[in-house]
Amino acid sequence: MRVLRKVGAAGLFVVALVVVPLAQGADEATPVVADPELEARVQELAYKLRCLVCQNESVAESRAPLAVDLRNQVREQLAAGKSEAEVVDFLVARYGDFVLYLPPLKTTTVLLWFGPALLLVGGVGGLLYRLRRRAGEAAPHLSEEQRARARELLEGGAAAHPEEPRK
Amino acid sequence: MKAKFLIPLALFLALAAFLGYGLTLNPSVVPSPLIDKPAPAFRLARLDAPDQQFGIQDMRGQVWLLNVWASWCVSCRQEHPQLVELARSGKVALVGLNYKDERGAALDWLRSQGNPYQTIVTDPDGRVGIDYGVYGTPETFLIDGDGVIRYKHIGPISREVAREVLLPKIAELSRAS
Repeated sequence: MRVLRKVGAAGLFVVALVVVPLAQGADEATPVVADPELEARVQELAYKLRCLVCQNESVAESRAPLAVDLRNQVREQLAAGKSEAEVVDFLVARYGDFVLYLPPLKTTTVLLWFGPALLLVGGVGGLLYRLRRRAGEAAPHLSEEQRARARELLEGGAAAHPEEPRK
Repeated sequence: MKAKFLIPLALFLALAAFLGYGLTLNPSVVPSPLIDKPAPAFRLARLDAPDQQFGIQDMRGQVWLLNVWASWCVSCRQEHPQLVELARSGKVALVGLNYKDERGAALDWLRSQGNPYQTIVTDPDGRVGIDYGVYGTPETFLIDGDGVIRYKHIGPISREVAREVLLPKIAELSRAS
């Protein structure tokens, strides 16, 4: 009897596990934030910002306390009517360009922006130069005697050579 | 033209030199844009006397260190003896910015570790921390008599950093002012 009761209780528990979430999931998820439109702007901007603690996560994704603080800052400032550019300026003034995933174009980042293109152009240019020079090279000049010998070799003129002693 | 085969080798060595230099850099140290800029102003409650406020203008005319710390910060414990020693040397005034901490925990921590700070202000929600571009504790700012940030050290101050970096800079700034 004891065993039966235990099995029954376990069964009820499993049913509860399955049914209760189903019943709750039936409702539309209600938005957690008061202003979904503002929240979308916060999210969009936060994805462009690097979390300085984890460095490979955006401020939107990171769960570091600093990322939470920065999201709150972004939300507050956008809610106060500041533009996206103003919020970015605010953060760059404090954390530097490092906070941006897309670095701005300036003298120190010129190589970063155009380096790969420069390498590509240089590589393709060098290759073309070499190929063209090779194509332009004249065929080596042979004397009549050399030509005859080459023909002989090509046409299976093995007889021109003393045969290797066979074993 | 004989040495043509050395070109790839030279290119490889140049690349290796750049990558090798990259290995010596610490990616967790992000240069601060605040260097040589006026220290962001704040008026914050003091840890020991919450009804009193303290701001950077109270340090005008002095070369001082603003040390960002918290009782929950493990590396702060590591650097603390260095701060006590710096304070004891009398060469520089230390102001603590108690970052996102609880008052009771911070006071307990000072009681057990010793208090090198001339004044400590509290930044419970980390807002002043954001103004200073703080992204990890401990961080230390060296500020001159005109209230301009001259240097920032990220991470715990070791004996070597105190002796070879901070003290010479402090001496230089003290002479200038």
